[in-house]
Amino acid sequence: MSHVPHPRPCGDFRTSYSADTSLFRTKVEGWTIYLGIFALLFTPLVFDDFYISQMILIGIYAIAALGLNVLVGFTGQISLGHSAFFGFGAFASAWLNNTTGIPVFICIPLAGLMTTAIGMIFGIPAARLKGLYLAIATLASQFILQDFFARADWFSGGAYGSAAEVVNFFGIDLDTDQKYFYLVLFWVVVSFLAVSNLRRSRDGRALVAVRDHYLSAEIMGINLTRYRIMSFGVSSFFAGLGGALYAHYLQYVSVEGFTILLSIQFLAMIIIGGLGSVSGSLLGAIFILLLPQFMEEVASGAAVIFEGIEQSKAYIKEMSVGAVIILFLIFEPEGLIHRWRLIRASWKLYPFSH
Amino acid sequence: MSSVSQLQSPTQDGTILAVNNIEVVFNDVILVLRGLNLTAERGKITALLGANGAGKSTTLKAIAGLLGSEDGEVSRGDIVYNGMNITQMPPEQRVRNGTFLVMEGRGIVHDMTVIENLRLGAFTQPQKNVAEDMEKVFNYFPRLKERTGLAGYLSGGEQQMLAIGRALMARPDLIMMDEPSMGLSPLLVKEVFGIIKRMNEELGISVLLVEQNANMALRAADYGYIMENGKIVLDGTADELMNNEDVKEFYLGGGGNERKSFKNIKSFKRRKRWL
Repeated sequence: MSHVPHPRPCGDFRTSYSADTSLFRTKVEGWTIYLGIFALLFTPLVFDDFYISQMILIGIYAIAALGLNVLVGFTGQISLGHSAFFGFGAFASAWLNNTTGIPVFICIPLAGLMTTAIGMIFGIPAARLKGLYLAIATLASQFILQDFFARADWFSGGAYGSAAEVVNFFGIDLDTDQKYFYLVLFWVVVSFLAVSNLRRSRDGRALVAVRDHYLSAEIMGINLTRYRIMSFGVSSFFAGLGGALYAHYLQYVSVEGFTILLSIQFLAMIIIGGLGSVSGSLLGAIFILLLPQFMEEVASGAAVIFEGIEQSKAYIKEMSVGAVIILFLIFEPEGLIHRWRLIRASWKLYPFSH
Repeated sequence: MSSVSQLQSPTQDGTILAVNNIEVVFNDVILVLRGLNLTAERGKITALLGANGAGKSTTLKAIAGLLGSEDGEVSRGDIVYNGMNITQMPPEQRVRNGTFLVMEGRGIVHDMTVIENLRLGAFTQPQKNVAEDMEKVFNYFPRLKERTGLAGYLSGGEQQMLAIGRALMARPDLIMMDEPSMGLSPLLVKEVFGIIKRMNEELGISVLLVEQNANMALRAADYGYIMENGKIVLDGTADELMNNEDVKEFYLGGGGNERKSFKNIKSFKRRKRWL
């Protein structure tokens, strides 16, 4: 969302316009990403269950955060109801599988499509509302959907929640974290690739134009209403996809998981990661998921040094999570991705500063 | 000099745009345009001049259909483009029909590269036209070809060129320009007006030009209108307006036979039309 310079590697000059809109900025960047994905394929063999489960959750939240980033970062809309769509995807996938018996690995993207439809319906007010008013309208969608989950026994199992089957992929039960990791990795790669390409397409340009200059978008023949609703749809698709993966990972879905708190966490992920940045969504999800655990360690360490604060350890942890987020927003308002770009640029230019 | 009788009917050949007696109201209370009439000839440059707050930009927004997003509406009269009544048409439909507005302050998307901005301009065009049109744009603005990177880093003049180039990408029949000279150095203004003139002659695009810089605008234009308080007060061919005593005095500077005190200047001495 910023107009901050994206520092370019030294000596890398673009000589054609197609190079200007390439998927990866440099060949090295492309290879680094391919190698990174390749390396991730082997992580379940190396790390223990705890790390794998954390990585799965990061992947799931990153997909949902990516969806929100399309809405907030690309189109400049806001949503305080993202976790409701995340929840809808979770229930929808479990419901589809339980009632129709469609294999779960097909139910997951189907749940994403169902969420798209719901998201577009709730996105209709977005065509007319802006800023704070839109925030309140999406807040309403959060409560409407939450209430729906709690009451619609046929869909969500009401207060009891509903069971989600283990994913069975052509006879292989993905019942351990190690196996499930590959499914999440697949969807993370697909989602991030899809959104990176969306940004380079005609529709992606239209979304960014709607955000940056809606009047000039209008005079170029872009239908504002259509693109605002479309961006709600795309955002909900990824929320639903993430939710469905979440449901079949835990194998149980209940209403309590999808509150406004989670919506705010999604917003925090993309703001901290970097608005409008595809890779920022992943960085933000990593940050928000790992920060409480890091702070837990810090608080435990503090409890050893300062005796007598053992009881209030939990509070100290929660407060420091809040404090870190505030400090982060003050000192790094452009998000983690901006810091990463600066680090990369200075590394390329070392030992000269400019 | 023209008068009421010379107002063309919308169906008459040679008229690409006719604005008939429109009133524009903002927020249901603020009347900005009070019965404005103007016509633009096909293949000609028409200039619309006037002081700040006369309603020039509002006129263009009414023609482009942008009033809705600013809580304004055309409450009376109609706008006829190419024989079609477009008064209530949604803005994106008007673009598809061949009108294009180059906004005041350029309105380019800073966060996109030059080429992405140009492709954005071709939003309504099929993919196969894009490469050809882009060459056409670079023919008019060779400078843009050298600029890679984000459009936000272009200089003001280059941004204006990008805005005009982006308009060409949509293959319009009528380009409306809101103050293309804003914030540019005199030399660059000359260059930009030269390019507008060339586009008009070579591509046959009709231009409706809104300007503060009356001198430059009248030199480029074929016909001119002068606005005051939401109405046209004077119109005529560019030459007639250039030689008009009032226009010289109020817009071109240095006119009039004797030096006057500003205290005595209240309005035009020789109003030609009251519409």
